[in-house]
Amino acid sequence: MKFSPIRRASLLAFAAALAVAAAPAAAQKKYGPGASDTEIKLGQTMPYSGPASAYGTIGKLHTAYFKMINEAGGINGRKINLISLDDGYSPPKTVEQVRKLVEQDEVLALFQTLGTPPNSAIHKYVNAKKVPHLLLATGATKWADPKNYPWTLGFNLSYQAEGTIYAKYLLKNKPGAKVAILYQNDDYGKDVLKGVKDGLGAAAAKMIVAEATYEVSDPTVDSQIVTLQGSGADTFINITTPKFGAQAVRKAFDSGWKPLHIINNVSASVGSVLTPAGLDKSVGLLTLQYYKDPNDPQWKDDPAMLEWRAFMGRYYREGDPKDASNLYAYLTAQTMVHILKACGNDLTRENVMKQAANIKNLKLPLLLTGMSLNTSPTDFFLVKQGQLAKFTGTQWQGFGEVLGTAD
Amino acid sequence: MATPSSAHTTAPAALNRGQMLGLALVFAVACALPFVVSNYRVFQFTLALVYAIALLGLNMLTGYNGQISLGHGAFYAIGAYVAAILMDKFGVPYWLTIPAAGAVCLVAGFLFGLPALRLEGLYLSLATFALGVAMPQILKYKGFEHWTGGVQGIVIVKPDPPEWLSLTQDQWLYFVVLACLVVLFVIGWNLLRGRIGRAMVAIRDQPIAAQVMGVNTALVKSLTFGVSAMYTGIAGALGAIVIQFVAPDTFTIFLSISLVVGIVIGGLASISGAIYGALFIQFIPNVADQISKAAPWAIYGVFLIVFMYVMPSGVAGFIRIIIGRLRQRRQR
Repeated sequence: MKFSPIRRASLLAFAAALAVAAAPAAAQKKYGPGASDTEIKLGQTMPYSGPASAYGTIGKLHTAYFKMINEAGGINGRKINLISLDDGYSPPKTVEQVRKLVEQDEVLALFQTLGTPPNSAIHKYVNAKKVPHLLLATGATKWADPKNYPWTLGFNLSYQAEGTIYAKYLLKNKPGAKVAILYQNDDYGKDVLKGVKDGLGAAAAKMIVAEATYEVSDPTVDSQIVTLQGSGADTFINITTPKFGAQAVRKAFDSGWKPLHIINNVSASVGSVLTPAGLDKSVGLLTLQYYKDPNDPQWKDDPAMLEWRAFMGRYYREGDPKDASNLYAYLTAQTMVHILKACGNDLTRENVMKQAANIKNLKLPLLLTGMSLNTSPTDFFLVKQGQLAKFTGTQWQGFGEVLGTAD
Repeated sequence: MATPSSAHTTAPAALNRGQMLGLALVFAVACALPFVVSNYRVFQFTLALVYAIALLGLNMLTGYNGQISLGHGAFYAIGAYVAAILMDKFGVPYWLTIPAAGAVCLVAGFLFGLPALRLEGLYLSLATFALGVAMPQILKYKGFEHWTGGVQGIVIVKPDPPEWLSLTQDQWLYFVVLACLVVLFVIGWNLLRGRIGRAMVAIRDQPIAAQVMGVNTALVKSLTFGVSAMYTGIAGALGAIVIQFVAPDTFTIFLSISLVVGIVIGGLASISGAIYGALFIQFIPNVADQISKAAPWAIYGVFLIVFMYVMPSGVAGFIRIIIGRLRQRRQR
């Protein structure tokens, strides 16, 4: 699982190939709004205040990361200037701030605007204005719709893709499974559910024996678990947010059901879900991961992890090295830098979008081994793969191959 | 003895010549504004005007009638959703949704005002607070999801200006909102300085005396609630059209609190105060954000305290005192 020198070499070779590819473009320089000989202006909104302010660390890490890039000479000699504004996770504020970024600050592109509701509010606007709306920090599936929204490209493994991968895993490893599904009754829950059903395909009608839903306002999901258990299912796909995830894990164990239990990534946090549920009751849970977990001891001496930790110590000391959001933010910043480098000296909004839609086999070292990022003009799903992980009682342990939606 | 500061306890009087001139000047500046600033700034000023309408509504209830509402964001949300649903699901033109939102909120406010009659002071503010807190979750309720779009909300198409006008969409919306504001302010001004306005103030200051004088306290209070909700609902509808998007997370309790902040900063029981308050809640958070990224709300808090300390009767009261002092000096 360690990072082999061969992989390192192939990465270097890849980077070199990129540099060569970019070279011919150096002949003529083209600039769109927000780009010049000395600067590349990016914009983002982040919930530095409000209900989702825990995610604000992502924007802070980006600022620190670009500072590091700039100190090392920037991108082809141009410094990245990230204008990161607070929207408090409030859609109207996002609209206001994004209009400021686009109309007043004239940024070249938007980068990692966070949250589904805030991004929904600006989706039409940025596409009408033809501003690259890149690497959105949300898992909703609608961000990959190049036909209707050619300027929007998300980052996260989509909820549907996650569901599909669970389904593919079951088809391969437990084709006779009798599946029970619990999901949160909103767009997120339905998104994952749709992925599962699409993944199972024709087998869905036969394999899914029970479905139950809950509302975010429900006190517990105990009765739903009992109902699902009563259906005789031997496999349980748990599509819940942390509080309900913990309840479901505990109840599924305490009731003596003990199915093959798949819990979605949203609720895979050891600290906020499995610990309150009981670590002993969580043994054997499955989930999906796509980047390395900073708390997983198997990556303790991983070169990519060491590099990240060094960065955290040097440029972002106030950040929490246990918080996976900081690793996620590092990955997304690297992806953005990759796109900007690929643009060469043609820094127009059209070319930024073109490069973002033509990422080929980008293997970032903090992604799980064997994974790569890919897009094409007709496919805006950047992350399409993940690896299943099993909970050992103390941590998640990845196993098996990297799985994709296409497999 | 008539001191200048006693003015804010009574209903607004008729305008004198100087005030007329001043108003005409302000209106002229307001009309010229969208042609001298960028579209983004026009958008911000449009939002400020929207807030001004909402604040006038809340000020009628809280400033003039003494009923404290901590949940007016709920009526703003209802107005916004009425406009969004009518436009999105029924293809109603945007300008028709504005009176529709007002009508729905008038009824909703009146109905909420009826039981609220039994609640006085802080108890009423808690009841309205409950309404404000509940609203985002009510909007996410799955029974309504077909209409409200659930957590995802509704995206609205931005209205185009009529073809014979060479305005941008932002400038056009600004004038639409400005026109609504002028109409609503004139209505509000007429309402507040007349019989009803006096009854409202009387109920606030001396409820028993008002009743003895023959004021139908229950009716006036409920009606005030209704009209106040109507103003706020119209603002909500305009806000939705300007933002082009509604979602439950837009209408958190913080919106309600911001509205209360707006009327207190602007000046309780003052019509012009609604404008000052709106400018405050629209622009001060941005200023605070520019001063400190790390703790913008702490800076905002400092602004609040300074404003309250320097202008205890709000910006409107402060301006009134300044004008009064200038007059006195001239008379000497």
